[in-house]
Amino acid sequence: MSTAVQLSYIAASVLFIFGLKMLSSPATARRGNMISAIGMLLAVVATLVSREIISYQYIILGILIGGSIGAIAAIRVPMTSMPEFVALFNGFGGIASLLVGWAEYQKGLSAGEEIPFATALPIFLAVLIGGVTFTGSVLAYAKLAERISGKPVLFKGQQIVNGVIIVLILVLGAMFVIRPETNYGSFLVIVALAGVLGVLSTIPIGGADMPVVISLLNSYSGLAACAAGFVILNTVLIVSGSLVGASGIILTSIMCKAMNRSLANVLFSGLGTGGAKISAGVQGEAKPITADDAYYVLEAASDVVFVPGYGMAVAQAQHVVRELGEILQNNGAEVRYAIHPVAGRMPGHMNVLLAEANVPYEQLVEMDDINPIIESVDVAIVIGANDVVNPAARDDESSAIYGMPIINVDHAKTVFVLKRSLASGFAGVDNPLFFKDNTRMLFGDAKTSVQALVGEFKE
Amino acid sequence: MDMLLLLFTFVLAIFLGFELISKVPATLHTPLMSGSNAISGITIVGALLAAGATDGWLRVVLGTAAVAFATINVIGGYLVTDRMLAMFKSKEGGRS
Repeated sequence: MSTAVQLSYIAASVLFIFGLKMLSSPATARRGNMISAIGMLLAVVATLVSREIISYQYIILGILIGGSIGAIAAIRVPMTSMPEFVALFNGFGGIASLLVGWAEYQKGLSAGEEIPFATALPIFLAVLIGGVTFTGSVLAYAKLAERISGKPVLFKGQQIVNGVIIVLILVLGAMFVIRPETNYGSFLVIVALAGVLGVLSTIPIGGADMPVVISLLNSYSGLAACAAGFVILNTVLIVSGSLVGASGIILTSIMCKAMNRSLANVLFSGLGTGGAKISAGVQGEAKPITADDAYYVLEAASDVVFVPGYGMAVAQAQHVVRELGEILQNNGAEVRYAIHPVAGRMPGHMNVLLAEANVPYEQLVEMDDINPIIESVDVAIVIGANDVVNPAARDDESSAIYGMPIINVDHAKTVFVLKRSLASGFAGVDNPLFFKDNTRMLFGDAKTSVQALVGEFKE
Repeated sequence: MDMLLLLFTFVLAIFLGFELISKVPATLHTPLMSGSNAISGITIVGALLAAGATDGWLRVVLGTAAVAFATINVIGGYLVTDRMLAMFKSKEGGRS
């Protein structure tokens, strides 16, 4: 490969790095994304003009097909569907790397030369990681888009089946890596088994644990690209693949920490399948409140915090929530939106929805920033969130979610919980917050309830 | 030796990735995911080399499919990230 092409790859890597660096602030993030895209364009153009490319017709075909699908999907997808969109796209990255690995294997075979170990091993890894990423992502997409049930699927001996598949993959992988030329059969079985493994490792994971899975699959898609880079000895693939891999790993660990669970626990336990535990102390009467009475409390409040959860996305309530927020602000109150790291179905899900509804990003605050000052908050309004504000996680050692960091809304002067019923959250754990003295339940659909409040203010 | 240099690059890039990403605020985690998703479409470079070859039809078929999938990732990823980031506005009403 010529020096000019190599230099372009270095420049592309630098642009990716700058692009990611500019994501450190919402003010520069959009330009950062543009710079990253320019890096990608540079890498593609440099490859296209390199002497290794002989025919262009199939390239054009592939780009036309992929480009139109990608563009249409990106323009049409509603913000509430972002988790399943990103999940599916992780999968496309994975399968692309799988196919690149396979194509290089094919190249080695048709050249009739010996395929060295240093090429065979990354081919194996690209195919394995790419395959797991692809089917795992498609399944995660199906769960998030509710094409299939989002409930964890657990069956007897699941771990054993997974174990057997992993051992099989390793054995076949060893055979393939040692003699790639004569092991086409093993290679095809590895491809198939990688796909099966992707499915089996995603089905036991339930809806609210999806942020972890998407982050992990994000990381895999990067690592698959990285492995493909080792196959074709290309630095830009290795650098950008590692950046993505690291990004996914960081997000995964943030999500796990925010649930106080280990990665292994998220991946294998299938939380939410057990029956609801009845823990002592969760008794008393929930005190309902009408929109009319809630209005008087809010009217007098000078510090209001909204705590959104997945329920806000389901009810599509973000726009009317912002409207209420603005009204309160014009009424003289300070308004903030406190967002738990695992609220929603993917990292940052709530932030994007609120940004879509025109909430300025200064008003979006993190859990660690709101908790120290929560006691001075007059009203905390919980919208469609449950486990992330459950005081049992803090106080009740017997609770299934004990130890998970929460937003301490129960320490606010008054808490409004907007909820359809008293049903427990995803984790199947009762929420003592509903029975606290300073809690008032505003029953009903989140959107309708907030609309009613907005209506009260307008009267 | 070549392989060792690539490994060296890999290790350094992982560390760089950790440094860069840990500075991204939680509020931008969704665009970070879709944006890094687009970056993982860099595998398109390998796909182009396969699809543009003339040695064996199967390699070209695999390469073309890889180009299509990687392009979905690149185009879709960058566009949707841009769409999202355009929505993040400051109090002053300035676009980000």
